[in-house]
Amino acid sequence: MSETTGVKRGELLLKVRGLSKNFGGVRAVIGVDFDLHQGELLGLIGPNGSGKTTLANLITGFIKPSEGRVEYRGKNITGLMPYRIARLGIARTFQMAKPFADLPAFKNIVIPLFSPRVRGLSGGRYGDRDSVAKDLLEDVGFERDSSVTFKAAGSLPHGYLKRLELAKCLALRADLIILDELFSGLSIAELASIVPIIEKMMMEGKTIIMIEHRLRELFRIADRVIVLNFGQIIADGKPSEVMESDEVKHAYLGTED
Amino acid sequence: MKQKRRERIDRGIKVRSDDIFALTSYREFLYVSVPPVAPIILLLALPLILPLYWQKVLITTAVFAILALSWDFLVTVGMVSLGQALFFGVGAYLAGYFDLRFGLPIWTTIPLATLVGGLISAILLLPVLRLRGVYFSMVTLVLPLMFERTIEATGWLGGTEGLTGLKSFSNIWVECYLIVIVLLLVFFGFRRLVTTDYGLVLKAINNNDRAVMSGGINIYWMKAQALFITGSIGAFCGAFMTHVYMFVGMPVFALDYSILPLASAVVGGMGSFAGSLLGAFILVPLSEALRGIGGLRTVIYAISLVVFIVAIPEGIFHYVQRKYQQFERWATVDN
Repeated sequence: MSETTGVKRGELLLKVRGLSKNFGGVRAVIGVDFDLHQGELLGLIGPNGSGKTTLANLITGFIKPSEGRVEYRGKNITGLMPYRIARLGIARTFQMAKPFADLPAFKNIVIPLFSPRVRGLSGGRYGDRDSVAKDLLEDVGFERDSSVTFKAAGSLPHGYLKRLELAKCLALRADLIILDELFSGLSIAELASIVPIIEKMMMEGKTIIMIEHRLRELFRIADRVIVLNFGQIIADGKPSEVMESDEVKHAYLGTED
Repeated sequence: MKQKRRERIDRGIKVRSDDIFALTSYREFLYVSVPPVAPIILLLALPLILPLYWQKVLITTAVFAILALSWDFLVTVGMVSLGQALFFGVGAYLAGYFDLRFGLPIWTTIPLATLVGGLISAILLLPVLRLRGVYFSMVTLVLPLMFERTIEATGWLGGTEGLTGLKSFSNIWVECYLIVIVLLLVFFGFRRLVTTDYGLVLKAINNNDRAVMSGGINIYWMKAQALFITGSIGAFCGAFMTHVYMFVGMPVFALDYSILPLASAVVGGMGSFAGSLLGAFILVPLSEALRGIGGLRTVIYAISLVVFIVAIPEGIFHYVQRKYQQFERWATVDN
């Protein structure tokens, strides 16, 4: 399916084949296949419990697959530890944005800056991590030198927590970024300020997978959408095409028999 | 409806010395400089003014304080150990073994036992690094008991008799000052360590280990390093006491060495290191002072522990610190 659809911009980045996960008797993800190319923004949608987050966890190594294979830049990463996958350049956010609550906001960014990946990319010398962290926070819309940067992350408003998560992904200098329900709980105004950050990441050549429930906002920026239902891909294509599919309508709205 | 409530307000000098140092008088200079400097002077002066018996108590107190500090450090990484006795006991037996078997001098056995003890402790706990919370604690609680029973059952390392006739320090001054200086080094070392980026990552593991992993950091390796640090500090204490007593036996794995450091940190206040230090310097001498009472000693000790924890749950240090930095007053608020 994925060979014929989707906007191909660059090299093949992520190759998922036959990926499955059973939790006891529950089949959360069943035989998922898709390819992702450099520079794509892929929306991953589906009703609650359709396996979207499980799929993200399978790709990032937080859950080991029951079957199947994940390749990143041609390298088999199936079943690797999460930190190893992160070091290859795959960053993610979590559905529930749980920051390092006791640390000031900018110190949250110091954590990924400390990782061997970043130290390696910068030739071992990174200079002052604190100031790099503050720059990154400015990139995601923290006002420069405002007190928010220095506040304990646990006390930040929801919108800032989401930006903080984005800044963590940027700090890792990831090439593939998986955003798990980034838009949820954001006001229209907050969305209007966070969408440009994602568009900027796209312009820098990042590849993004967005797990979303807010379809209207997602469809404005997504190149391609995959719809999951009961752990299986039921549609894969351009946003407009996908929503025309009867199967998708059925999954989202149910049909009258 | 009008209601009264207490409000806490930072003292002026606290605010002025937080970010920028704007000291306006000698008194303010003392306010800022006494808290960090006084304990150092006090600790260095104590051996000079105490009688011999209390010098011995000081040594024990300092050892428990170091164990409490290392316990507090492990907690900041999210590992609640119930088995500081493991680290202590391993170091103690290693020093005894190196002394008896190879005839090494004290100044070799102690550093060697410190390093090897730290390694052994870390390796023993490697398999359980994935365990979190109470599961990790249970394993740490059991390991020292396992060592104790193994030595008893197999007669290994002197069995129930222990290892005797070990070398001693040349005099009590060396003992006193060695342990006090190490205590200060460990205390300020830990205070410094947790503010570095390295320490920050350790703290973050406690906060949210999944997020740290997705930042590309191997949390198991970091935890193993933290265990090595704690383990070698505990092993140093054990090795030191072995040479103080010129003997090492099964009691080094006793529950006291696990529980008292924990109690010190809880009574004194966790997470600041100063609390652990203070807690040990209250609990250990208190226990010594109660020796005169005889039979009811443990009961009174236990009651005082409960009183401390119920009356000042935040810990004595945090309580004192708050009083030092803030004043309280009644305020009327509309409800």
